[in-house]
Order: sequence, then structure tokens, then C-alpha cells
Amino acid sequence: MSEPSTIDEIDRAIIRATQDGLPLVSAPYAAVGEAVGISADEVKERMTRMLESGVIRRIGAVPNHYALGFRGNGMTVWDVDDEHALDLGRIVGELDFVSHAYLRPRHLPGWPYNLFAMAHGRDRGEVEAKAATIRTLLGPHCRGGEILFSTRILKKTGLRLVA
Amino acid sequence: MNRAPLIDRAHGRAIELDGPDRAIINALQGGFPISDHPYADIAGELGLQEDELIERLHVLLDKGVLSRFGPMYHAERLGGGLTLAAMKLPEDEFERVNAIVNAFPEVAHNYARDHVFNMWFVLATETPERIATALDEIETATGYKVYNMPKSHEFYIGLRLEL
Repeated sequence: MSEPSTIDEIDRAIIRATQDGLPLVSAPYAAVGEAVGISADEVKERMTRMLESGVIRRIGAVPNHYALGFRGNGMTVWDVDDEHALDLGRIVGELDFVSHAYLRPRHLPGWPYNLFAMAHGRDRGEVEAKAATIRTLLGPHCRGGEILFSTRILKKTGLRLVA
Repeated sequence: MNRAPLIDRAHGRAIELDGPDRAIINALQGGFPISDHPYADIAGELGLQEDELIERLHVLLDKGVLSRFGPMYHAERLGGGLTLAAMKLPEDEFERVNAIVNAFPEVAHNYARDHVFNMWFVLATETPERIATALDEIETATGYKVYNMPKSHEFYIGLRLEL
């Protein structure tokens, strides 16, 4: 699906310097360059290349759904026909209350679900209503689904991509 | 998704976001420029001063309204491994297993969920091969089966948390 890109040691140094965030200073790429020991122009060229190759998904802000009042977060999981899974996933992924959608393997008999969609709402009731919307959209190609609400964050360190 | 009630993560109180904060969050969910003075570029578009934008981003990050600001990297394209895994644990074993699982540095996020599959964690490793050995080690250390659910397809997710 995705092949490892050719990133070198300087790219890795840029990633290390920015994986916690971009400096909040007037010339952030120059600041990254200073930390890494290269020019601002080289930082900009390398980050542009990483953005084009998909190593960087995007540059921007990650809103905290919970802090923004979306306190009901449910992992909705669905058992959909394999031959329609790609089309159905695309439809679900386009819903504005879904932040992530993936196909994943089933583990039969205990885990029949192959489509995962993270749904956000202000409370559980709102997430349940949104799950009902998803169920309707999936129609006859869906054999069932569930919502798994998170009850506790046990660990959240953020992804350390490059040590 | 207009006018969500905003919650201060630290104090559980409502956070007041004014018009410029909402405009910043809406504008910065992707596409931040790679230029010499990117904050000035964006501030100009939003009708703000550069230093005001930077100060507001500081406050939004400090309050936890934003969990991050900067480049989002794609783990697999960096040559690493990434997966979601689940476990089915008896309640009286949960805390013991939680401590063992969280002690693995490759466990980036871990959530308790209200389901028979009650522990869900994201594993991010330096190499794709390390996923399988880490999951084996977790099974051996805990004595419980780990259900590996790597994504087989990811659907494009637009970023539309409109405030």
C-alpha cells in the first residue's frame, strides 16, 4: 500500500526537530535549520519534498475533540460485505463527524467487524444517533455493528516516529 | 458542528473561544505554508498581526484546545510499523496487564473501552518486522492473546471540524 520513502539522515533530523511541533516563531523553518545545522532554504526544500511524497501528511493544527466539547467519542465497528467494503468505507469516511475510517481484518468468530469509523459527538447519545446514520448508509451490505466507547485513556505518548 | 460548548481540559470548565480563535482553528487544519514567514502569511489572510497569531497559537496549545501544531508524519512511509491491537481481559487482570502493556515503549496510545475486547492500543515500531515480535512479547509477558488489527485500507479523511 505504501512503500518506505527514501529519507536520509538530514530528513530524520528535521523530523526529530519537528515531531513535537513547529516552532512558534516568525521564521520557524530557519529555527528548525538552526537546530539541525542546515539553511532555512534546505529545510523548506526537504519539507516540501516530504509533503509531496506523503512522508508528511499535512502541516497544521490538530484540534483536541475532547477539549472542544466533543466528549462522546465512539469507535464504531461494522461487519460489511468484503466486495462492497471499499465503497462503503469511502461513503462513511466522507461524513463530517467521522475523523478516521479504516478497513481491518476480522478475527472470527469473536470479532466479525472489518470497517472501523471513529465518530465524534458532544455526548454518547449524539454518537449513538450518528452510528444510526452510518448503519442506514451501509444498508443491506452490513450484517451488524457496535459502538465501543472509550472509558479511560491508559497511555497517550504521541507517536515517536524517529528516535 | 457550530458553537460546540468548549471544555477546559485542566479544569473541566467551558473555554471561551472568540472569533479569531475559531478562524485560526478552522484555517489551520491543513495547508500551512512552507515559506520564510508562514505565520505572517496566514495572519494576513485572517486579518491578524503575525505576533497575535503566534500568541493565540501558544494559548490554544497551552489550554489543550489544540493537541499539536506542525507537520503530521506518515509512520509507514518513514519505514516504521504501525498497528492497532486489542485484548480481551478479565476485570481483575486489567490493571496488571495494563502496566505490562504500557511498559512497552512502542505502545503509543492505549484506551480502555466498554466491550469484551476491553483494551485497545496503537503500536508504533521502528521497523515493520518489530510489530510481530512486540505482539509476541506482549502475549508472553501478559499470558493473554493479542488480536492484531493492522489497517488494510485507510480512507481519505477531510478535515472539517468547523467551529
